[in-house]
Amino acid sequence: MQLTLEFGGGLELLCDSVKIHNINVALQNGIEKLTMKDLLSWVRTNLIKERPEMFMKGDSVRPGVLVLVNDCDWELSGQLDTTLEEKDVVVFISTLHGG
Amino acid sequence: MDSNGGGEVCRILRELKTLKASKSDIERRISDLEAQLRELNLNNGTVVPNGSSCTLMSTVDSGFGHGLSADMIYRYSRQLLIPSFGVQAQSNLLKSSILVVGAGGLGSPALLYLAACGVGRLGIVDHDVVELNNMHRQIIHTEAYIGQPKVKSAAASCRSINSTIQIVEHKEALCASNALEILSKYDIIVDATDNAPSRYMISDCCVVLGKPLVSGAAVGLEGQLTVYNYNGGPCYRCLFPTPPPTTACQRCSDSGVLGVVPGVIGVLQALETIKIAAAVGEPLSGRMLLFDALSARIRIVKIRGRSLQCEVCGENTAFTQKQFSEFDYENFTQSPLSTSPLKLNLLPADSRISSKEFKERIVNGEANVLVDVRPPHHYKIVSLPGSVNIPLSRLESRLPEISSFLNETKERKALNPDSVPSLYVICRRGNDSQRAVQLLHKMGFTIAKDIIGGLESWAQDVDQNFPTY
Repeated sequence: MQLTLEFGGGLELLCDSVKIHNINVALQNGIEKLTMKDLLSWVRTNLIKERPEMFMKGDSVRPGVLVLVNDCDWELSGQLDTTLEEKDVVVFISTLHGG
Repeated sequence: MDSNGGGEVCRILRELKTLKASKSDIERRISDLEAQLRELNLNNGTVVPNGSSCTLMSTVDSGFGHGLSADMIYRYSRQLLIPSFGVQAQSNLLKSSILVVGAGGLGSPALLYLAACGVGRLGIVDHDVVELNNMHRQIIHTEAYIGQPKVKSAAASCRSINSTIQIVEHKEALCASNALEILSKYDIIVDATDNAPSRYMISDCCVVLGKPLVSGAAVGLEGQLTVYNYNGGPCYRCLFPTPPPTTACQRCSDSGVLGVVPGVIGVLQALETIKIAAAVGEPLSGRMLLFDALSARIRIVKIRGRSLQCEVCGENTAFTQKQFSEFDYENFTQSPLSTSPLKLNLLPADSRISSKEFKERIVNGEANVLVDVRPPHHYKIVSLPGSVNIPLSRLESRLPEISSFLNETKERKALNPDSVPSLYVICRRGNDSQRAVQLLHKMGFTIAKDIIGGLESWAQDVDQNFPTY
């Protein structure tokens, strides 16, 4: 499944400072859908190069990270249970505090 | 010739210093007198020429039913001419009171526009003083105010743009014990602060008092903007119920910030505030604006609504004013309300030396290796001669380099076989160098010592001409 992932607010530093990743996630045999839960574990394995604790806590993202699926807060689509579709855009953004 | 030139430079520098001091004194007196005059005018409702070509605006209603005087109509005419804004929105604006918390990178442009557009009363909270390294982004301040309170400097700039609105100076740090009293005097709150505990505190206070909150943030080349607690929309805690780990909270003083980035967000904060105060348009509630300066992209995303489970604004919660004023925000977020830099103390005294002592050892010709563990882009700004740059994040994988530096130094200095060169670690402020020394000790480099206070202490105690950043 082809997806576009974007990291921002400093999270890109965890994946070699690359903000946009066009990825292709291979679906496991017999399973047709990909959930955010699956995607997070794929990201952790394949994209996060350092300090994974700055991205995840347990099986979800750490506090202070907003997750947007097609420009919409994942709270509105079922968080970890959100089902992804071909060409979806998923944004992970760390909330900023500076000024 | 050289000594004459030097004497001349000293004389000019002295005279400049004296002149600047009297200039800022005169400016202070002007600002005080103007404030007094304004108070008198507000009380009497009279028009008094203020000495310049412009006259103070009449507070007398011109009798057209919208409350704007002739001077107000002329000053704000370009806003009155916008069909979807008009005199009603301007009249609403003139009756509104806005509090901007923080007169820094976000607060500077926000305050300038809010003063200019004609809000009725504009409050400024800040406890800090103006510093040279603020000037690139905190455009409300001028060089003449370096060393003086930001509130005073910001208020003077606002008054010089619009002498007809009321400006209130709150020269204090906002904390849970004074927030209710200060925020309760205003209709709309603008969060232009720079740290996580302040953001939770201001949001909670707005919920308790039922005030809309225009929240902006910016670091590096990115900015974020949204409106909280507006018209049934979410509060900060609905979005971020659990504070982030302190290591995830970047600060401008560590991560850097391009001046114009908080400028863009601060201007947008002023815009959202004007919309709410004037009751026009659709405020950015339930949505968030994400600004990425480098790729020139602005994305507006839909965020969750008010959370029924929110501990502050939720359905079954009763977060009272009393609970608010007793809440420990620093403990909740594990970070301080002020942005004073961290001062770790991780090592025993015999694993640390002062920058002065280090200087003496160099002068005495001691054989040593100095490892600078800052990131490469810091090292490029300035570094001590002879130091080698091995960033803390790469230290573990680059230990063999340290061994070979030690061996080289030993050979070069022709030390006897039993002695080894000293190994020192330095960073910007002396925190990462301690973490590095801890790691080095663990990996067998037990001779490693940390230079206390880092390059900042070198600049302060050894070489006053050494640049700080």
